[in-house]
Order: sequence, then structure tokens, then C-alpha cells
Amino acid sequence: MSSVLLWAPLAFGLVGLFLPRRAVGWWAVLGAVVTLGVAIAIAVGFDSGSAGLQYAVDEPWISGLGVDYSLGVDGLNLFLLLLTAVLWVGGTAFAAFREQENPKNFYFLMLVAETATLGSFLAQDLLLFVLFFDLMLVPFYFLFGAWGYDRTGEGGLTASAATLKMIVYTLIGSLLMLVAAIATAVIAADGGQLTFSIAALAEQPLSHGSQQWIFWFFAAAFLVKMPAFLLHGWMPDAYRAAPLPVLIVFSGVLAKVGAYGFLRVVLPLFPDAAVEFQEVILVIALASILYGSVMAFTQTNVRLIAGYSSVAQLGFITAGIFALRADGSDGAILQMVNHGLVVAPIFVIVAVLLERTGTEDIREMGGMALRAPVLAALFLIVALATLAMPGSANFVGEFYILNGLFQEKIVFAFIAITGVAMSAYYALRLYQQTMHNRAPEGLMSREIGFRDGLVLVPLVLCILGLALYPQLILERTAPTVEQTVTKVTGGEAPEAQLARSEEP
Amino acid sequence: VNFHEPSIDYAGISPLIGLTVGLCVVLLSAVFKPLRRSAPLLTMFTLAAAAGLLIWHWDDPKTLITGALRLDDLAISISLIAILCAGFCVLLSIREKATEEAGSGEYHALLLGSVLGMTMLAQATNLVTFFVALEMLSIPLYILCAANLRREGSLESGLKYLIVGSVGSATLLYGMAFVYGGSGSTSFAGIADGIAQNGLDADPLILIGIAMAAVGLAFKTSIAPFHQWTPDVYQGAPTPITSFMAVATKAAAFAVFLRFFDVALGSQVDEWQPALAALAAISIVVGNVGALGQDSLKRLLGYSGVAQAGYMLGGVVVFSSQGTSSLVFYLAAYAFMNLAAFAVIVARERETIFGDDIRGVRGLAAERPLLAWPLTISMLALAGLPATAGFIGKLYLIEALVEGDYTWLGVLIAIGTMISLAYYLRVVAAMWMRPEDEVASAAPGATPAIAGASPEADPVDPEAGRRWYIVGPAILAAAATVFFGVIPQPLVEFASHAGASLFG
Repeated sequence: MSSVLLWAPLAFGLVGLFLPRRAVGWWAVLGAVVTLGVAIAIAVGFDSGSAGLQYAVDEPWISGLGVDYSLGVDGLNLFLLLLTAVLWVGGTAFAAFREQENPKNFYFLMLVAETATLGSFLAQDLLLFVLFFDLMLVPFYFLFGAWGYDRTGEGGLTASAATLKMIVYTLIGSLLMLVAAIATAVIAADGGQLTFSIAALAEQPLSHGSQQWIFWFFAAAFLVKMPAFLLHGWMPDAYRAAPLPVLIVFSGVLAKVGAYGFLRVVLPLFPDAAVEFQEVILVIALASILYGSVMAFTQTNVRLIAGYSSVAQLGFITAGIFALRADGSDGAILQMVNHGLVVAPIFVIVAVLLERTGTEDIREMGGMALRAPVLAALFLIVALATLAMPGSANFVGEFYILNGLFQEKIVFAFIAITGVAMSAYYALRLYQQTMHNRAPEGLMSREIGFRDGLVLVPLVLCILGLALYPQLILERTAPTVEQTVTKVTGGEAPEAQLARSEEP
Repeated sequence: VNFHEPSIDYAGISPLIGLTVGLCVVLLSAVFKPLRRSAPLLTMFTLAAAAGLLIWHWDDPKTLITGALRLDDLAISISLIAILCAGFCVLLSIREKATEEAGSGEYHALLLGSVLGMTMLAQATNLVTFFVALEMLSIPLYILCAANLRREGSLESGLKYLIVGSVGSATLLYGMAFVYGGSGSTSFAGIADGIAQNGLDADPLILIGIAMAAVGLAFKTSIAPFHQWTPDVYQGAPTPITSFMAVATKAAAFAVFLRFFDVALGSQVDEWQPALAALAAISIVVGNVGALGQDSLKRLLGYSGVAQAGYMLGGVVVFSSQGTSSLVFYLAAYAFMNLAAFAVIVARERETIFGDDIRGVRGLAAERPLLAWPLTISMLALAGLPATAGFIGKLYLIEALVEGDYTWLGVLIAIGTMISLAYYLRVVAAMWMRPEDEVASAAPGATPAIAGASPEADPVDPEAGRRWYIVGPAILAAAATVFFGVIPQPLVEFASHAGASLFG
């Protein structure tokens, strides 16, 4: 089942290369829908009481090097898989409603990207994880560069330069991660049989000294991917260059792979280092929250507002994980799904606005709600979810995160709370400037079309559904999270844990 | 006086005999008019026969000619790589200007002579056979580089290679003399015994010999700082020859590198290990930095070859079975990735007026997808991205390095790979993305004014990119690159045999 989920998009993508140009878009949508079906089937059959791996596959892949083809689903990745499948349906459908240049390659790369993303969520072998993590970049490199927007006229970069910047930034992290992954396995094997299995490696964590440097190699890769403050340099250019259907999936899912990496790899394999560097990561997370929020309410380009708000949101998620408490990580997973579900519709709306107004600058927008109440209503729901209105699942997620943080590091929690306040400002500003106010001259206020509605409404329904019943996610993730987090802290406060690990 | 008939293992030397006979036949075929066109076919037949004879001895190591040669799995695997490259070279040479200039029979005979030298060098276990085989390999290549008699670049390349290569050979020979003087033996095993018996550890005579031998071999494998000839010679030589010598020469030279250092000088490992590691490090940095900003694809691949040689030298440095296997794996993978790239360059050289300039591949994705995909895969593989043999190769090498306590060299490989992305992806971007500066398209037939590239003055063959003998090898090599990236197990097994043959 895991293998079917993983390879279905790629199989559809390969077949699509041999179809006539006109059919290939809908074929890709079909592929994404089938994948979603498989993901839903997995979720339905998921045993919510169990903390262990389900649907596990474990075959030797390169036996000489100790690499296994090992996949599995548990509470950490179940809903991220679903999120990926949902957003890819949205992204491909959105693209299929429009004319794409060179469609065969476009949809092929889209589906390769889905397989790679699902692979990095499913992988239970450290090396397989690194492989898929790196592989994700390749299709996005082409999608951004070849189908993206050149911004030289606006003082920006060409699409190919922006995408090169992105790939160099992110690969710096992930190549070092490759070395770190190999070092982890080799040190753990200590001359014996080499294995990259995450579960096996977690059994006997490395010595404190090895953990210290390997932790940072992994952390760098994940923090660049999110992106976190100071490592976000690629984000503005890449977001401005990206074609919108691609940006829907990219902003919705890719950033989460970084946060997920902390839960899947860093906490189980480097528990001592996670405890030791808890505060450093928290500082980075808080800086991301503050910086992302401030940037989000000063930017005028709608893509960048969404982009910087992601930086802030991912800061929240990281803070939740590094509260090193079960409720913080529960909230982080919930919030990853929530954020994916709100940021994707925002980009659908941005695309719709772009087509109506011809600009991405909010100063030149406004008054859209006048003739487009449905669009405005949908946008309002998304905006309110973004600012974590009580009643939304985002509220629950942020509550869990802040609760975890309060119990553990109260000062950090107080600073994080300002981020919640600021998110209200930028979300409402975005909504207001585009939908309300006086309509600028020449603006066509038109209702959202049936086709875009078909993409947008299901996503909004997902938001509403989760708002009504966030337990759906929480109760399935809780057992695995509990297990992961207690392994780190051993059920005691991080300080005590640290003191113990430093004993000779 | 009794005359003892020496026992000769004809089966063991049958690959060498086969190649020699083939060489003579091909050379003679040039004399008989009706046979003149058959040289490529005869060459292919000879190569196939030699490959068959080599595979016959797989997993059946034997010492030949009173210890002058050793036919083990290392020798066989390296020889097979060289034969593979030669086979591709024959295909790419069809209708190549240089072939007609030099005479088809002579051209192919020289090619076979070089392969003969490589096959012998891979088996050499004696200083004398070592040197004879090295010259046997090199001298035909000097001539082949200059085979395009009417092009100044080609003649220059041949002369440069001759002079630099001779300096390398002379240095090597001088070093050999020191080693012989110090140990009193020419056979590798004898040298090892001599050093052990006479207690010559850290004897200056031996150390000077080792240093000079290392320098000589570094010339042949284009390890920095002895690489200066590489970009010039690569650029000037006829492209099929460049494709052949880029990989095959490296393979053969690394085989003897392994044998000489691991067998003969194994006891001195502490003396040469840091020195070779330093050479590898310099090579990685110099090669990757040098390749930045190269407009000629052949020069670019020349510098990239310097960097790749640095990575591969890591496999010698660690002095282990794992290191040897990883080196052989990397060589095989490198052969496929490089051949795919060179096949495309050959096609574009004949199709366009740009020669091997990067402008020749602009817009290739739309114009010639069957050429664009192989070159794309090749570039991504050389950059070590996942789902290609290049990734597995790097993984294998880094694993060997970490196990051999050379983690810093593994990290350096990762850093070098990051730098390399900038130039590999530039080629990919040229094919797939809008050019950054629209160049006025030169009218066909106009004289190209290209700085830094090697425009072929040949008449343009606008259909070259559709010919089976160019598209076929390109697709085959690219497919192999992907295949061994996804299912690496067969190649890993192949390589581990080679590793085991040296370290048992």
C-alpha cells in the first residue's frame, strides 16, 4: 500500500509523456486523484491507537551499502501524506484548467515532484529519506526555472537565476545532510553491519560528541528548507519566480518536509543534542516568527506576504517541536496540516486576483468583494483560519504549541504570542486591501469562475472540516508523538536529561 | 644444457592477444581497398571479443607471465569500462572529420592500441609492465588527439598532451627507479617484501620514489595541481577521442594507482595517505572552481573531470576494500554520465555553428528532446543528484571515506558538489530555460566568432542529432545512468568484486 501510494504519481507521469498534448493535463489530475484515493484508503485503515509503523515495507535495496527500501506510515506522517495528496490534486487541477506551455514535461515533473515528496514523508530509512529529500528539488528546479516568471523588469532576478539561488541554498543543507547521514550510520555500526534504518539507529543513539556536530548538519538542511530566519534568502526570489500552480504545492507541502525532518530524524536519532540545543533552535524559531510577521505586513506583493507569513508559521511549528513536549509536537503536526491547507488556497486566490487585476501588488487592488461575494467569503474563511481565529483548527494547533512552550520555556512562549497577534494584522491586511476599499479604475470585479471554484471550495471545505473536528488528526498522531518525544526527554525535564547525559 | 619450455597461460593472456590480433587486422584492413570501410565494424568486433574473453575470467584470478600481470576482478572491471568507452567512441567517430583525416584504419587501430595499453595497465603488477603499458596507452592517444590534421586546435592539443604526458611519464619512471633502488625489486609483491625485510620504513629513497610516482600518476589522472593540460587537450582533441580518454584513461590509471599504492606500498600507508588526501582536496577545489564560467562544454567537462578525479582519489586514499569498490563503482557511473554528455556535444558540434560552446545547446529541450534529456540526466548525475548513478557513486565514496576516518574529505566532496551545481545547472538552464541575454541568432553558414570555444570548421550536418549512432549512445548511456541510480545493486556487486580482489 505504501509503495502504491509512492509510485502511483510517477507511473501516471510516465504514461502521460506518451499521451496527446491535450489529454495530458487531465491525465495528471486523474493521477493525483488516484493517489489521493490511495492516501485516503491508508488513512481509513489506519489504526489510531497504535504508535508503531503501519503499512510497513522493508526490502534490501543496496545491500552492500546497508540501504533498505523501507517505507511506513505512522502518526507523524499520516496527515502530511494526506495533505500532499490533497494539494497535488488542487495544484494539478488548477493547472489543467489553464493552458500550459510544453504540457507533457510540466505534468511529468509535477507528478515526479509528488512522488519525491511522498517518498520523503514515507521513508523509514535514513538514506532513502535523504535521497527523496534531495530528489524533491530536481522537478521544482525545472518547474520554477522553465515555467516561472522573470522579474528583471521589477529589479528582481530571472526565473533561472532565482531557481539556481534556491537550489544552491537548499542543496548546501541537504548535501551536508548526506554526509551526516552516512556518518551516523557508520559511527553507529562501529565496524559491524551497516544499517540506515531510522528505527534501528534510534535504538542506540550516538555518543554525545558525535551528536553535537551531526545535529547541526541535519538542522541546517531542515531550516533552509522551511525556511527559517537567516536562511531564507532564496525564498523571496523563488516565490516571485514560481508559476502559481506549482507554488500551491510548493508552499503548502515542501516547507513541512523540513519541520517533519526534525520529528522523524533529529529527535529520535540525536536526542541529547536536541535537548542541548533546544534553546538555540527556539531562538531561531522565534526570530523567524517575528521577522516573518514583520515582513509580511510590510510587503506589498501578495506572493511575498504569503511567503513571509509561511516563515512565521514555520517558526511556530519549529517552536512547537522544540518545546520537546508531546503537546507541542502534536500542535506542530496539526499546524503543519493547517498551514498547508490555508496557504494553498491563498495562492489560488492570488492567481485569480492576478488574472482579474493584472498585478500582484496589493496597493493596486481592492474592492474585489463588490461583485464577487463568494470569492470574498471563501477568502475570509481562509484569512480567519490563517490568523488562528478561535474555532479554527489553526487555533487548536497554536494553542497546543503555545501550551507546550508555556510549560517548558515560559519566556519564549510570551514572545511567540506576539506572533499570533501579528498574524491577525497581516492576514486581515491582505484580505482588506484586496477585497474591500475602493476599487481602482479599470478593475474587473468578477465572481470566481466555476473551474477555480472547483479547486478552491474543496480546500476551504477541508479547512472547515478540520475546524469542526481537529481531533481527527490529534488522536491519530498522539501515540506516535508521545513515543517520539518521551524517548528524547525520557519523561523528565530537558534540563535533568542534559545533566544526566553530561555525566561521564 | 636443458631447455625448459616456459609454461604460458594462453587463456589468461587471451584478452591481450585478442586485442593485438584485432589491432593488426584493423591496421591491415586500411591497405586493402574493399575492406577500407569495415574498420569500425572490425574494431567493434575486436572489442566485443576482448570483453567476452575478459568476462570468461571473471571471479577466477590468476597471475600471468611470471608475475608481471595479474588478471583479477579489478583488472577485468577496469578493462571492461575502458572497452565500453572505446565502443562508444567508435560509434561517435562515424562520419567524424578526424576519422577521415587520419584514415579510418589507422584511427581505429590506434584506438585499439590504447585499449590494449589500458587492459595491460589494469593488470600490471610489475614496474616494467606498468611503464610499458602506460606508454602503450598514452602514445596512441597523443596521435589521436592530433588526428584532425587540418585543425590547429587539434594539433595543438596533440602536441600539448605529448609534452605534458612525457613529463609525467619521465617523472614516474624516475620515481620507479628510486623505488627499485630502495627495495631491490621491480615486482609489486617484491617491493613490499623488500621494504618489510630491509626495514626501509621512512627511507628517504623510497619516499622520494613514492612522491614522484604519485606525481606521474596524478598527471595521467588529471589530479590538480598536475591538471593544467586537461582543459586544453580536451577542448582541442576530436570530441569522440575526448570522450574516450576522459574516462578510460582515468580508469586505467586509477587501477594501477590502486595496485601500486595498495599492494607495493601498503606498508607505507601512513606516509602516502595524507599526501594523497591533500591532492584529492586540492583537485576537488581547483576543478570545481575552474569549471565555473567556462563557455566551452568540453573545457567545462575537462575541469569537472579534474574535480571528479579528486572525488575518486578518495577511494585510493582510504586504503580499504570498500574504498576500492567505491572507486570502481564511481568509474563505471562516471563512464555512463560522461559518455551521454559527449554524445550530445558531438551531435551539436556537427549540427550547429557554435561548436562545443554552451550556446549550441540553447533551447535544446524544445528542439531536440532526445538530445536534451540525455544531457540533462548526465549533468544532474555529475552533480550527484538522486535517482542517478552519480548519487549512488558519491554515497559509496563518502561511506568509504567516513569508514576510513576521512570524514573531512567526505564533507569536502559535499562542498565541491555544491560549487559544481553552479556550472552543471547552467548547462541545464541553457537547454530548458529562457536565455538570460537574447543573443542575435547567427545566420546559418555565417562565420562564428566565438571566444573560448572550439568551433569545428566542418560542414554542418543539420541532421546529426537524429542519427542512430549518436542518439543511440546518448540515450543508452543516460538510461544506464538512471537505471544504476534506481537499481544499483548489480553495479555494486560488480564493484565489490573488484574491491575484494585487492584486499581479499
